[in-house]
Amino acid sequence: MLKILVNNAVVHVPANATVAAALLHAGTAGFRRSVTGAPRGPLCAMGVCMECRVTIDGQPHQLACQTFCREGMEITAP
Amino acid sequence: MTAFDVAILGAGPAGLSAARAAARSGKSVVLLDDNPAAGGQIWRGNARIAVPSEVRFLSATRVFDLRPGFEIACLPHGTIRAHKLILATGARELFLPFPGWTQPGVLGAGALQALAKSGLPVKGARVLVAGSGPLLLAVAAALRARGARIVGIAEQSPFSRILPLFQRHPSKLPEALALRARLLGVRYWTGVWPVRHEDGQTQLSNGKRISSDYLACGFGLLPNTEAAQLLGCRMDDGFVAVDSRQQTSVEGVYCAGEPTGIGGLKKALEEGERAGAAATGQPVAIRRSHTGGFVRDLAAAFAIRPQLYDLAGPDTILCRCEDVPYSAMAPMREWRNAKLQTRCGMGPCQGRICGPIGAHLFGWKPDGVRPPLFPVPAEALARVETPPGPENDRLDTGHSSNR
Repeated sequence: MLKILVNNAVVHVPANATVAAALLHAGTAGFRRSVTGAPRGPLCAMGVCMECRVTIDGQPHQLACQTFCREGMEITAP
Repeated sequence: MTAFDVAILGAGPAGLSAARAAARSGKSVVLLDDNPAAGGQIWRGNARIAVPSEVRFLSATRVFDLRPGFEIACLPHGTIRAHKLILATGARELFLPFPGWTQPGVLGAGALQALAKSGLPVKGARVLVAGSGPLLLAVAAALRARGARIVGIAEQSPFSRILPLFQRHPSKLPEALALRARLLGVRYWTGVWPVRHEDGQTQLSNGKRISSDYLACGFGLLPNTEAAQLLGCRMDDGFVAVDSRQQTSVEGVYCAGEPTGIGGLKKALEEGERAGAAATGQPVAIRRSHTGGFVRDLAAAFAIRPQLYDLAGPDTILCRCEDVPYSAMAPMREWRNAKLQTRCGMGPCQGRICGPIGAHLFGWKPDGVRPPLFPVPAEALARVETPPGPENDRLDTGHSSNR
């Protein structure tokens, strides 16, 4: 298991979990806000739809579905 | 600039099969994929063909431009040169809009399976699977094996259209029955589709309201042909045209797997093997493929019924990147006009999700493909060398006849 931070809360996730899987497991429904402010979550989970963009370790617009969790990773999702 | 004899785009079954075949030649091979691990979507995280040790594998690599010669512009590696290209870019899911389809919790059928394979525990989660095609059953069975509670499967195609598929291809029946056996006790409705979704409740066309944690829906698979189109490969009814050696209309460019026709794993492995051998000058075992007829009949059995194009309400978002609703897009005459007036298709997915929606709902012909294939930071574009002179014109010519 790995320990990551989702909006400053500690979440334990299996090693080899993607950030998208970890966020859904942590109960994060909205990964981002759309241009009109609606919550959005992953749609395709394969790097095409870009709906799962989150901020990872301060880097915005990272694709949660194509990023593996790393120990201590900090994720911000509104 | 790093140079290779062969570059393979996509490390799914077709790409890995091509890499294995190409590696046998002793030539230098590079394999690129935008995912963090090899395997593609079917083998996600559990590839059944290993990347050969002599093949250079670049994971988490996004190709955003391809030029004749060939030059592959990608992040984060810059420009890579290769004499031959094998496109094994796979497929994505077709999504059709209905009220509520943008809410979190509504996602692709293949998407939920991919997430489950990527560390999302689904034990005890209630899942409604909806849409069309054999993928629905495969996904439901796989999720159920992981402990999910499948609360129903809604297949839009009527049983009367699915039955002829098995009459014409009886060899596929045992596979289908085995899949159904893994779903004993699960309701499988045919001729039924989702009409709206709100806060975890899905209204189906048969009047039922189903509560679930996830609505996993996919209306079929779409080939990823952007790379082939950018190179000017001839298209045939939406798919990349290839000869019996997987060679496209562009010299030195080969294509394997779903982009040449949605046919699944076996077809992808065979085509990858042929492409890998052909691109490295090895003898190619040409087998008269029987997959063509099945690919056609499969598409007919799960053809989308017109009612599914009428589900969106005026406020239903069609372009999720730019939040463009149905009411803004419907009055437009064609795709280019709609893009300029509404910004649909201009966001980060570059029309990969709403382009097919425009094609299905309004009959709009998609634009030609232009670089960059994916959104990239300006500094990455600036690093790519731009060849001077008429070569730049290739982006504006020769693409209009595609699709």
